[in-house]
Amino acid sequence: MFDFLKKRFNKLKKELDEEVEISTSQKVKSLILEQEIILDERKVSKILGELELILLEGDVALEVVDKISEELKANLVGKKKKIGVRLSNLVEHELIKVLKKLFYSSSFDFYKYIEEREKPVVILFVGVNGTGKTTTIAKVAKKLMDRDHSVVIAAGDTFRAGAIEQIEEHATNLGVKLIKHKAGSDPSAVIYDAIQHARAKKIDIVLADSAGRMHTKKNLLDQLEKIKRINSPDLIVFVDESTAGNDCVERARMFNETVGIDGSILTKLDADPKGGSAISVAYITGKPIIFFGIGQEYDDLIEFDADWLIDRILGKNSD
Amino acid sequence: MKLGDSLRGIVRKIAKSSKIDKYFVEEMVRDIQRALLQADVNVRHVMQLSKNLKERALSEDLHPRLNPREHVIKVLYDEIVDIIGKGVEIPLSKQKIMLVGLQGSGKTTTVAKLAKYFKNKNLKTAVICADTFRPGAYDQLSQLVGEHGIGFYGEKREKDAIKIVKNGLKALKDYEVIIADTAGRHALEEDLIKEMIDLEKVFQPDYKFLVLDAAIGQLASKQAKAFHDAIGISGIIITKFDGTAKGGGSLSASKETSIPIAFIGTGERIDDLEKFDPERFVSRLLGMGDLKSLLEKAEEVFAEEDLDPKALLKGKFTLKDMYKQMEAMNKMGPINKIFDMLPFGFNFDVKDDMFETTQEKMAKFKVIMDSMTDEELENPKIINTSRIHRIARGSGTSPQEVKELLKYHRTMKNVMKSLKSGKIPFKKLAKKFGM
Ligand SMILES: Nc1nc2c(ncn2[C@@H]2O[C@H](COP(=O)(O)OP(=O)(O)O)[C@@H](O)[C@H]2O)c(=O)[nH]1
Ligand SMILES: Nc1nc2c(ncn2[C@@H]2O[C@H](COP(=O)(O)OP(=O)(O)O)[C@@H](O)[C@H]2O)c(=O)[nH]1
Ligand SMILES: [Mg+2]
Ligand SMILES: [Mg+2]
Repeated sequence: MFDFLKKRFNKLKKELDEEVEISTSQKVKSLILEQEIILDERKVSKILGELELILLEGDVALEVVDKISEELKANLVGKKKKIGVRLSNLVEHELIKVLKKLFYSSSFDFYKYIEEREKPVVILFVGVNGTGKTTTIAKVAKKLMDRDHSVVIAAGDTFRAGAIEQIEEHATNLGVKLIKHKAGSDPSAVIYDAIQHARAKKIDIVLADSAGRMHTKKNLLDQLEKIKRINSPDLIVFVDESTAGNDCVERARMFNETVGIDGSILTKLDADPKGGSAISVAYITGKPIIFFGIGQEYDDLIEFDADWLIDRILGKNSD
Repeated sequence: MKLGDSLRGIVRKIAKSSKIDKYFVEEMVRDIQRALLQADVNVRHVMQLSKNLKERALSEDLHPRLNPREHVIKVLYDEIVDIIGKGVEIPLSKQKIMLVGLQGSGKTTTVAKLAKYFKNKNLKTAVICADTFRPGAYDQLSQLVGEHGIGFYGEKREKDAIKIVKNGLKALKDYEVIIADTAGRHALEEDLIKEMIDLEKVFQPDYKFLVLDAAIGQLASKQAKAFHDAIGISGIIITKFDGTAKGGGSLSASKETSIPIAFIGTGERIDDLEKFDPERFVSRLLGMGDLKSLLEKAEEVFAEEDLDPKALLKGKFTLKDMYKQMEAMNKMGPINKIFDMLPFGFNFDVKDDMFETTQEKMAKFKVIMDSMTDEELENPKIINTSRIHRIARGSGTSPQEVKELLKYHRTMKNVMKSLKSGKIPFKKLAKKFGM
């Protein structure tokens, strides 16, 4: 009996001791947590490594991930932080800052630009094959008409089989005037005619299509150069697909350097890529992302929203 | 970067890899990881590959005829070929084929290309336009096959693709090969996925190809899996391989579904279709360049040349030898192409503009050498300032340029020396390039 009591007592004592121990250690802990430590390269690199994987999985191109990572490292190494603040939170916060800076430094109010610009505003759409240029032109035409602008479309893809028929059907569906020439004819001339038409009929905006072309084909890029020279578009919009990965960097760079672009549209976001290619394209060109294409209907075009995209890539969206 | 510096860099880098140990494998795997990620291989697959690679590279016995670096490349090559298989053999007989894929991936163009491929093999071939969704789809396909003696069936205003396919099968019953084009769709478009399943049931294709853009990113494997689950895909066709995209997405798609890659599209024209070649694909994916064809080409070129390897190895490397080496290089194509083709032991950090100036310089060097005497070519040491001025005048260049040539020669000679010293594992290969 006595033994039994002794055992209980000892057990209780042990429990109490432990409790005391815990509370002291917690006190010490909170003391430490308020302390500041200096971030060294090794710690930062480890967390950055994980972050890099998230970005890569989100389709941000390796080259751009490297650059972002370098920037983050430069911002973080040598900085002080409270021990209580988790390093990963700090790094993520810094990443969001870098991305916001990227997008906000080049933000662009498309509709305001259209309002204020002298008419007709000529917009040329360029990009590699099959990214969605023609469909996007139809969508943009719809958006502009919804805002009471008048629009004419130039069937500037005179190369691909069925391209003129395709854009003609879109124009008919939307009730937009289409200026077209024969297949195989000079695209510069079609666009020129569309501009003349807009001038004569007091139409606000000319949307000019162009044939898809690989960024590696110099003669095809030269052809765009010619279109540009003859028609002096107000805006050249680069259309790429958000379903593409690292190659976005090569194309965006090539189009930006050779033809010169003013902004980009990323299509096919409804196929559920994370959308990191928008980061790649914005980073490489330094030009604004204007819209996202989110489907094949005419209304499937949304204005670019940097905060929304960043949340999406970092997996924070509720949807 | 100066030319001499970079050459030293090459030698150093090659020499460094002569020993296989944990450190080397890790660095190598890191390089490979980056190459794969840049090629759009799925991040999870990259991690898996790296793990296998590390284990196998360190545990397996070296192949007797391979140096350690080559061994690792071989292991990697095996790993990847294991995923993508050896390609698909399509019989040249009566059959039905259906193409599916995401919007804009190149289905319609590829339908026409495939039709032409079978037509060229003397099979009576026709296509059906079952894309009732995309504006202009009918015109596009009928125009593409129009002038090529390929049959065409489509109904311009009909919106029911199933009906078109039924009618098409009746109308085309005399044809041996029938290829159906379908609308673009992705995994989340339920109605369109359902339409595809119905189409498959009615058409009963022998082969179902998933058409993937070479540039497709991380979503490739997920999308491929959805198509495979829906109708059972028999092969992948990669399009737009003529650009800079490396096609890693299709590798991941192939891994996810265990479906081999069948064809590659390399341009917009109807003949721009190639049978899939795993070796070339892997080379491109890893940025190793087209190693095999380079070696073949190198052998061809050097067979014609009277470049004396023995003299080279004796440490004698005259301006004449260099001249021959340069000529051999010229025959093989622009220098940067050659470097592109080298395995990544040679994939050192050199800027593109260096290659350009080098290419130009090579031409100039030859002009300069044409103004030298035999004696000078055999023994460049005797070229003093007055000789430099004479050579410059004779070749219409500047003394500065002549000096540059001499400096280049000295650098190359040093490279030859390091090669000779046997520290470099790629000696055999390097010799083939006359380095
Ligand atoms: N799912 C989806 N498909 C799109 C989107 N934008 C374009 N497409 C489709 O992509 C394909 C190629 O588009 P098209 O406009 O012809 O591309 P272009 O060759 O660049 O002119 C067509 O089937 C379009 O319907 C988008 O935002 N989402
Ligand atoms: N450069 C290049 N362009 C291609 C290739 N295959 C298709 N295209 C182009 O990609 C675009 C979309 O092709 P299309 O066949 O209409 O795609 P679909 O929407 O899947 O039927 C068109 O501009 C084609 O000319 C290829 O291998 N190389
Ligand atoms: Mg188009
Ligand atoms: Mg199509």
